[in-house]
Amino acid sequence: MARGRMPDTAGLSRRGLLKGAGVAAFGIGSIAALDLPFFDVPGAQLDPLKCAARDLSTSQKKLVISNWPGYIDPRKKATSTVSGFQDQTGISVDYTDDVNDNSEFYAKVRNQLGSCQPVGRDLMVLTDWMAARMISLGWVQPLDPDRVPNLHQNLIKPLRDRQWDPDLRYHAPWQSGLTGIAYNASKTGEIKSFTELLDNSEIRGRVTLLSEMRDTMGFMLRVVGADPSKFTDAEWGQALERLREAVSSGQIRAFTGNEYTQDLAAGNVVACEAWSGDVIQLQFENPDIKFVTPEEGLSLWSDNMLVPNGAAHQANAERWIDYYYDPQVAAKLAAWVNYICPVEGAQQEMEKIDPSLVDNKLIFPDDETLAVTFDFMPLDDQQTIAYEGDWSDVTGG
Amino acid sequence: MSETVRRRGRIGYLLLVPALLWLGLFFVVPLYSLVATSLFNADGSDLRGYQMSWAWGNYTDALDAYWQPLLRSLGYGAVATLLCLVLGYVLAYAIAFKSGRWKNLMLVLVIAPFFTSFLIRTLSWKLILADDGLVVNTLQLLHVLGSDGRLLATPVAVIAGLTYNFLPFMVLPLFASLDKIDHRLIEASSDLYANPFVGFFKVTWPLSLPGVVSGTLLTFIPAAGDFINVQLLGSPNQRMVGSVIQSLFTDANDYPAAAALSMILMVLIVAMVLVYVRRAGTEDLL
Repeated sequence: MARGRMPDTAGLSRRGLLKGAGVAAFGIGSIAALDLPFFDVPGAQLDPLKCAARDLSTSQKKLVISNWPGYIDPRKKATSTVSGFQDQTGISVDYTDDVNDNSEFYAKVRNQLGSCQPVGRDLMVLTDWMAARMISLGWVQPLDPDRVPNLHQNLIKPLRDRQWDPDLRYHAPWQSGLTGIAYNASKTGEIKSFTELLDNSEIRGRVTLLSEMRDTMGFMLRVVGADPSKFTDAEWGQALERLREAVSSGQIRAFTGNEYTQDLAAGNVVACEAWSGDVIQLQFENPDIKFVTPEEGLSLWSDNMLVPNGAAHQANAERWIDYYYDPQVAAKLAAWVNYICPVEGAQQEMEKIDPSLVDNKLIFPDDETLAVTFDFMPLDDQQTIAYEGDWSDVTGG
Repeated sequence: MSETVRRRGRIGYLLLVPALLWLGLFFVVPLYSLVATSLFNADGSDLRGYQMSWAWGNYTDALDAYWQPLLRSLGYGAVATLLCLVLGYVLAYAIAFKSGRWKNLMLVLVIAPFFTSFLIRTLSWKLILADDGLVVNTLQLLHVLGSDGRLLATPVAVIAGLTYNFLPFMVLPLFASLDKIDHRLIEASSDLYANPFVGFFKVTWPLSLPGVVSGTLLTFIPAAGDFINVQLLGSPNQRMVGSVIQSLFTDANDYPAAAALSMILMVLIVAMVLVYVRRAGTEDLL
């Protein structure tokens, strides 16, 4: 067989093929231009009542939960809170820690939730602003208040009356936290404010801020004297400009998620914007790491349990929520995860579990701490796109 | 004769069907949807939905806002590719010609890093280049770096990460074409009084060109679009276009702008590749 001649005679030459592919692509293109699938994506706002699934809770003793990593006590232990729930209710829990990032999780579920399809989960845990967005899109099922009495009775006061769901119809905080400043006392003097983080040249290039826009920009707005819960475009512009200067001068090393903890522990970063629970965990290993309430205040946030549209085991999910709002259970959980416990009465219960944590203000904040907290104003879809766009221009995504 | 040829041709097309279906489903359709998205009205959102408004302005807006990270990506990609070529050529040459019975082991070692995750490999560079780490301290001792100098969060770290991560993509095609070279040709060149250098440039290098071309493409294309290295090893001042696209898609949910920027990057890279392949004269690849 004459190998060399094959391509010329066999009708499957490279050029012929390319030509064919070109014609085919053009054909597909022309058909597409007529029929236009994917053109005109409709709005994804839904009515949750129309997207409710039949609740199979009575026949299927099952519950599927998506949560953030490291956000629960070790589940396999016989004494864990999850084992307690399974023993008490007979419901087997399928718990996954697959929420690493609000935006990422949103990207993962938006196609299904946006078209009324189930996502195979009965509960998901998302931060305030993402919870607010999902609720406003109508992607979240309302909770039956009669089935979550503990939630309504025991939720701590500072977390009530949130602008986006004041009556707790859709959400139940899982854990809360404070955003403030952490610094490594063996490497730098005390850092008291965000103004210092932005301006102190001694720590240039050894400062990180958080990559969650609302966390960081809340403080930037405070730095320029604006109120994060109610600000104008002009104030936003000033705050952003302030940050931009610090970034381009090299003062800010990076914008991070949870990974700032490694850099802080390793000494690459000496001061940073930080979440309270992370700092407690770091302090176990390195007492030099300090958490301070910045002069600008603290931001208080929660990660919230939501029942997505199409969830097949809503009643089981509601039993779960109610169970975790029992102060005894909540204290047990708080002793492990070290974030702010959203349940009233858990502080008294903590006495029996770990007395050393009872007075920890980063788990049970006192009124004084909570007096300086602020909230970020809810943004509509246009503002979100514009502000997030501005934000990613400065932070480098 | 024409009978068999025709049948063979038909079989050829038949064999193409699975791959074409696959590409149609997972390349053409997404690409089409990307192009469509890039032309949606810029003021749409998930909440309101999007209309096709043939908004070509998305492209000029994206180019206007992000030309810097775009150029930087191409620059970092090019430097990393060049470094990979130098390092990779030496390594591939050694494996192909000098490693004897260790050849297979050496090849396995080149591929070995793939057994751990890309993320972990990149994160470990953070340890290597840490501010108080061995490398930085040594460089400071030698006064290559100032006493408060560092490597992390600088272009050096980003390019080092890119070079490291994409090196195997350079070595393997280089090895494949070097290994194919008939040793008798090199012997012939020395028989004709070419010294080793001349022999290399007249015989080995031209014969390895297909490997050089495919290696540089396999390295440059992903390196220019990468966003992990800059996110972990760089700072906002080293931002590359991949991270811009990623944050526009996932954080800002500004799909039209993200899609337009992706298209620009794709068109730029395809154009560069076409010019490059033409210049290099290895149309074997296309």
